[in-house]
Amino acid sequence: MTENDIQLDHKGRLKHFLTTEGLSRQLLTDILDTAASFAEVGGRAVKKVPLLRGKTVINLFFEPSTRTRTTFELAAKRLSADVLNLNISTSSTSKGESLQDTLHTLEAMHCDMFIVRHASSGAAHFIAGQVAPGISVINGGDGRNAHPTQALLDMYTIRQHKHDFPPLRIAIVGDVAHSRVARSQIHALKTLGVQDLRIVGPKTLIPADIEALGVRVFHELEAGIEGADVITMLRLQRERMRSALLPSEHEYYACYGLTEKKLKSARKDVIVMHPGPINRGVEIDTHVADGPRSVILQQVTHGIAIRMAVMAMVMGAGPESG
Amino acid sequence: MRLRIRNGHIVDPANGIDAVGDICIAAGRIVSVPGANTEFAADRTIDAAAKLVIPGIVDLCARFREPGAEHKATIASESKAAASAGITSICCPPDTRPVIDTPAVVELIHQRAELNHTRIYALGALTHGLAGERLAEMKTLMLAGCVGVSNGIQSIRNTEVLRRAMEYAAGFAIPVYFYPEDYYLRNDGVIHEGATSTRLGLPPIPATAESVAVSQALLLLEQAGGRLHIGRLSSARSVELIAAAKQRGLPVTADTGICYLHLCDTDIGNYDTSRHVIPPLRGQQDRQVLREALAQGVIDAVCSDHQPHDDDAKAAPFSETEPGASTIEVLFPLLYRLVAEGCLTLTQAVAAVTATPAGILGIEQGTLSVGADADLAIIDLNRTCAVSREQMLSNGKNTPFIGWQLTGQVTHTLVHGRMVYEVA
Repeated sequence: MTENDIQLDHKGRLKHFLTTEGLSRQLLTDILDTAASFAEVGGRAVKKVPLLRGKTVINLFFEPSTRTRTTFELAAKRLSADVLNLNISTSSTSKGESLQDTLHTLEAMHCDMFIVRHASSGAAHFIAGQVAPGISVINGGDGRNAHPTQALLDMYTIRQHKHDFPPLRIAIVGDVAHSRVARSQIHALKTLGVQDLRIVGPKTLIPADIEALGVRVFHELEAGIEGADVITMLRLQRERMRSALLPSEHEYYACYGLTEKKLKSARKDVIVMHPGPINRGVEIDTHVADGPRSVILQQVTHGIAIRMAVMAMVMGAGPESG
Repeated sequence: MRLRIRNGHIVDPANGIDAVGDICIAAGRIVSVPGANTEFAADRTIDAAAKLVIPGIVDLCARFREPGAEHKATIASESKAAASAGITSICCPPDTRPVIDTPAVVELIHQRAELNHTRIYALGALTHGLAGERLAEMKTLMLAGCVGVSNGIQSIRNTEVLRRAMEYAAGFAIPVYFYPEDYYLRNDGVIHEGATSTRLGLPPIPATAESVAVSQALLLLEQAGGRLHIGRLSSARSVELIAAAKQRGLPVTADTGICYLHLCDTDIGNYDTSRHVIPPLRGQQDRQVLREALAQGVIDAVCSDHQPHDDDAKAAPFSETEPGASTIEVLFPLLYRLVAEGCLTLTQAVAAVTATPAGILGIEQGTLSVGADADLAIIDLNRTCAVSREQMLSNGKNTPFIGWQLTGQVTHTLVHGRMVYEVA
């Protein structure tokens, strides 16, 4: 996995942030600690620190997104960077411009960082391999591959509630096959030492040989979340019903929808997470989503601190140096 | 020109020859082989001492991109690359643009090939436009010079059409070249389904996309009759199906591409697009089974499956890149590597790219018999070279083997007694 080293500079510091795979436990912990130091910025009257003053950040979104894009934008602004939002899905590519050309055009505008979201797995790796040496790339989600800032805000949330990772029983429930969030969570959780990591879903939504990543597979929800400390629900895209993967929303909800009743098999102090946007009544019951076990809105808040931390670190501007 | 090739290590599997000696050539034909008369007044003598002399290589599948994609490669550019690799006969699938479904396209390809001193054997379309809906004019295409029919890598979704196409071909004794892929199981996949596809989050292609198509084709062959060649096998299970069919006496032959004997899905690393190929690189176990099947003769031949691309075709996120690898220049060195590793004997390796594929194509090439066309290659097995972009002659630099140290450099290539390549 030496190619992952594209993420690190020669001193082992974060240069790009593309995937949680292959990053050390120390580095993941550093990101979480840095985020913690930024968390209080959001509570201030003046919500700004000058770490990235004069830097230009481009939100390069080839796929629509609301929360990821806005939290990145907010994070960049709180670091005093200038932010440009580009929705490429509706402009260049429909005119036939290649990704390479789009990148080089933007580079010519002298930016410092790309936040990239793209529908193709590996797009962030590709872009990181293309950009000029001074530019950092942060993966805001690529295909089914990775969504590393989402995974880290989830780690942050878990750490706030559960403190230590190794003894936890964690269940990731739903459409793992199509989920970049699940992959990034799995890599991060394994690196942070979680032993009992479970994947729960119908066989059609569990990708081949996922056990190789160090997880156990369950097809029954109650068995999979039994005694769980943390449950992460994944969003189920409606188009899955139109293919041969699932019979209906009704049956999916009956089998895998997280309800108060099913939640009883988990630990009493279980936390329920969801990367959003939520499909109420499809993968999760409204009472659970809004209930006392849910930390879904905290996740969103933590997303800003995590993104501030990652942006500052790839620019070599951690709070200690700034 | 009268030419003597002196003291070469001659390996000619068709004639069971594996000996050191001379080969003499006159008027484009071989006039003597080792052990025969040595009285020969040569205009030129090539010292082949310590070198390998084999029949010109017959490549069962290579795309030269002409007509239709000349920005990637041309018959002229790829003929040079082929000649430098000892390849003298090339079978090209019908998926050019326009498709080889009219005699005019066959003629164009033959003319360009002749201009470039390469033998190109065209496969005509099995279905019109390769659309898989109605039959192409197979007999007309054969009369125009095709050696068989094929649907390229387009799968025929309608099994009734496949049955009738095979039947129609069988009626005229036209061999069918079949690329096994089930359209629906392939779906939008770009990589072998397994731990690597899961890790990378790329849309997977299960091994059953191939094996289901192989079993379907074998069952239809039983019913339709005729002769079937199945190309580019990549998975272990398909090999078992072919072995069983051969055991039952079905007239089927098979090949694999050179990539599949050396690479597997884990070699894709983090989205190495030069390793985006179709069929996908499969698991290590599959690769091992393919190697054994080649040694046992279940897989008859090895082809380059050469697919040159322009750089842009590979410069994008993995699933948006075009599949295929530029491999024509590494076919023999990579096969020889299997000999060096003890997987194959030298004779087996040479047969897999000469006599056997020539037999499948039904052409007279692939031997060094007296009277045969003097198509041959002289290879220096003491020369090892790193594969590099700069040294490639193919217009497509998309090789997955950059940096590999390969032994077996061609020093001379002859087509019909004419020197088409000579190392500087």
